[in-house]
Amino acid sequence: MKIKLGLAGLLMTGVAAIALSAAKPAAAEDQLTVVSWGGAYQDSQREAFMKPFQKDTGTKITEEEYNGEIAKIRAMVQAKSVTWDVIDIDTQTALAACAEGILETIDWKKLGLDRSKFIGGDLQDCAVPNIVYATVIAYDTTKLNPGPTSIKDLFDLQKFPGKRGLQKNPFVNLEWALIADGVPIADVYKVLNTPEGVDRAFKKLDTIKSQVVWWEAGAQPPQLLADGQVAITSAWNGRIYNAVQKDKKPFKIIWDAQGFDWDWWSIPKGGPRVDTAYKFITYSSQPDKMANQTKYISYGPANKDAIPNVDPAVLPNLPTAPENMTTALIVDVQFWADKGEELRQRFNTWLAQ
Amino acid sequence: MVATAAFDIVRTADGIPLKDKLARVERSQKLRALGLVLPLFLYIALSFALPIADMLRNGVLDPEYVGTALSRTMAVLQGWAGSDIPDENAFAALTDDLKQAQKDKTTALIGKRLNYVLSGVRSKIIASARKADKLEAGPYKEALIAIDPVWGQLETWQAIQQAGHRVTPLYLMTAVDRTWPFASNADRSAAGGFHINVTLLLLLAVLSVAFIGSRINPVYAPVGPPMCASVLIVLFMISAQQPDALARYGVAGVGIITALAGAGSRASAAWRPALPYFAAGAVACLVWFIVLSTTVSVDPNRAVYVAIMARTFWIATLVTLSTLLLGFPVAYLLASLPTRTSNLLMILVLLPFWTSLLVRTTAWFVLLQDNGVINDALQYLHLTDHPLRLIFSRFGTVVAMTHIQLPFTLLPIFSVMKTIPPSHVRAARSLGAGPFYAFWRVYFPQTMPGIAAGCLLTFILSLGYYITPALVGGPTDQMVSGFIASAINQENNWGMASALGTVLLAAIIVLYVLYNRIVGIDKMKFG
Repeated sequence: MKIKLGLAGLLMTGVAAIALSAAKPAAAEDQLTVVSWGGAYQDSQREAFMKPFQKDTGTKITEEEYNGEIAKIRAMVQAKSVTWDVIDIDTQTALAACAEGILETIDWKKLGLDRSKFIGGDLQDCAVPNIVYATVIAYDTTKLNPGPTSIKDLFDLQKFPGKRGLQKNPFVNLEWALIADGVPIADVYKVLNTPEGVDRAFKKLDTIKSQVVWWEAGAQPPQLLADGQVAITSAWNGRIYNAVQKDKKPFKIIWDAQGFDWDWWSIPKGGPRVDTAYKFITYSSQPDKMANQTKYISYGPANKDAIPNVDPAVLPNLPTAPENMTTALIVDVQFWADKGEELRQRFNTWLAQ
Repeated sequence: MVATAAFDIVRTADGIPLKDKLARVERSQKLRALGLVLPLFLYIALSFALPIADMLRNGVLDPEYVGTALSRTMAVLQGWAGSDIPDENAFAALTDDLKQAQKDKTTALIGKRLNYVLSGVRSKIIASARKADKLEAGPYKEALIAIDPVWGQLETWQAIQQAGHRVTPLYLMTAVDRTWPFASNADRSAAGGFHINVTLLLLLAVLSVAFIGSRINPVYAPVGPPMCASVLIVLFMISAQQPDALARYGVAGVGIITALAGAGSRASAAWRPALPYFAAGAVACLVWFIVLSTTVSVDPNRAVYVAIMARTFWIATLVTLSTLLLGFPVAYLLASLPTRTSNLLMILVLLPFWTSLLVRTTAWFVLLQDNGVINDALQYLHLTDHPLRLIFSRFGTVVAMTHIQLPFTLLPIFSVMKTIPPSHVRAARSLGAGPFYAFWRVYFPQTMPGIAAGCLLTFILSLGYYITPALVGGPTDQMVSGFIASAINQENNWGMASALGTVLLAAIIVLYVLYNRIVGIDKMKFG
């Protein structure tokens, strides 16, 4: 059996090959992949940053989601096939990733931004601050009346019976356990730095362990509250605010011992579109864009120039509002960058037992 | 002339001897068959065998080898005896390596790798590297110990020496909750080890005596099964007293293998077919003896993997049994109904099969949650006064997995049932058997091949589940695949993920061999 490859066949193969090669994108700079945390937060970024950027510059933005796993960034950079261009990253991951050399060091001159204008701008070399958020506890006012007023109530199963929702991560949970156990907020990290302190925190968490529903994605806590699956849950404040505004849910946030932390824009090392990534970050850090984001979610803008432009109705709901900062727990990011991985392993083992 | 004619070779029409022609034709047929199979074989080799081989390799060949990053230290530690902390040369080499690592930004990787062995050492190494970078001249020993006392501990250096081997048993050991005997855990090696070693030596002695006895005089052969049973009872009694989870499951498991092998031998020429299994059991005992003598159990705070393996197999067993109990009657109904009705009902079985797994798992949320349909119904009927914990629990996991696995068990059983002629049961009834007796002695044994196939399929598939337990299970319902997933996605620990996969694979192979012994692979039918 012989396959006859006549002239016609050869021509068709050639045309097909040219057509396939022409289908490649014209220039790699015309697109950008932005990765964030999904849910209401990513929706707000889409409205405030990505859609306007796409309109103004014509760059096509592809969005992806993740839950803060440093391992994915690490794997991408080590395998030298970086597909993410801009990553919305949390503080401890950014510090750890920067120390490992998997994030680009930010050139502020190339960004064209004034580093001193940003809250926390000098804390990181490899990331640009974009929002200030808080890990808080929230409850449904129709189910719990009177509701909890302090972080100690999270661990009080007698006064407030019902399940608790906590993030499947030791971050802030360990600090809250120590504060509820009587450690003053100023000393929390001193105590947590010792093995006895860590044991004490886990022992306190053991008292509520059987009643906890563990969430991993930011969209889960408002859903758990709405379903009545939990009585009190920890959450990122913006997600609860969004549920109250958009879905008219009767949720209330407790600002006592709020875990005050930043979120940052970062660029993984060795990506093919670093320049476009810089353009995106510069665009998104403009004061008017950042103030616009607070219309959709109640996270504080990191750009100090943006704060005067924020809608006054939203101001009391930001983590930076003075009445919310009275008993805030400013997260010690260096502690988590150093000890995060070990504590996470210990936490996962503790969970599985 | 007559004599030669009788011995004339039979030839074909073109003069070639028939035997040669036959061989040639058979060879060309074999080659053609090989050619047809070759693409599939290559595909399976590339997409199945190669990745598994790679996984097995990653479990022993350290993917996070730090020997190159700590090359100077490793060179100095070559001749180190390990009885006391090394001298100034090692500390000088280590300082050089840490300075280099600080420059190359590999301190985090070194810290991560050594943290696998010594908990809590990661942050100390990163901090030490930062401070050691500023050291100008020796003596480095006092300087490093002043920076962090961990450098004055023997186990740190023992861990560094171990990390210098490219081929390392570290991950496989951690996957069964064992670690090297260091200075700090010497007390752990003493406890429990003695009993286990004595038990295993006893078992080894019993097996050897039985083997030798049967070789001397076959009349000892019938003693096999009762001896196995008594060995099993003794082993269970001893294993129940072990504080070490690995020892408990291990000793009990070996006992089960021995007993099953003995039970499988049944009649008189008993020992010969059972011998390979006894041999395997004896080898397993020996390996276990070596493992338990040369390693110690990890810190109880970090020991999870043996319990998780046991939990995984237990959940898979529960799911298999429940799919069997639920699926068998449905398959019987479908097989006995006339084809039209049966086809309509079959659509009801297949429809969920075609729905996405995530959609089905999420649907269980609506049913099982505290304010869900089932809890509301139970409270309405006053069967309970507060919501039952159905979701985020073992119950939810098993129910959701049973729902997904049901067609896998049901369909092979159904296919086999379709081939059973209804006249068999009728004949049994006509001969005087009661309805249950006819079913149990005539119908049921004929469905065994389908049951075996369906159950094996469901069991092995259930072992690999991790999305369903992650979504509807509680934290104590996470199966081993979830840990493999988190080792890769969250910790980037390829060695651990591969080692857990290797242990799972080994456990499945052992179970498969036993399954073959009891059921027989050639007796399985999918329809």
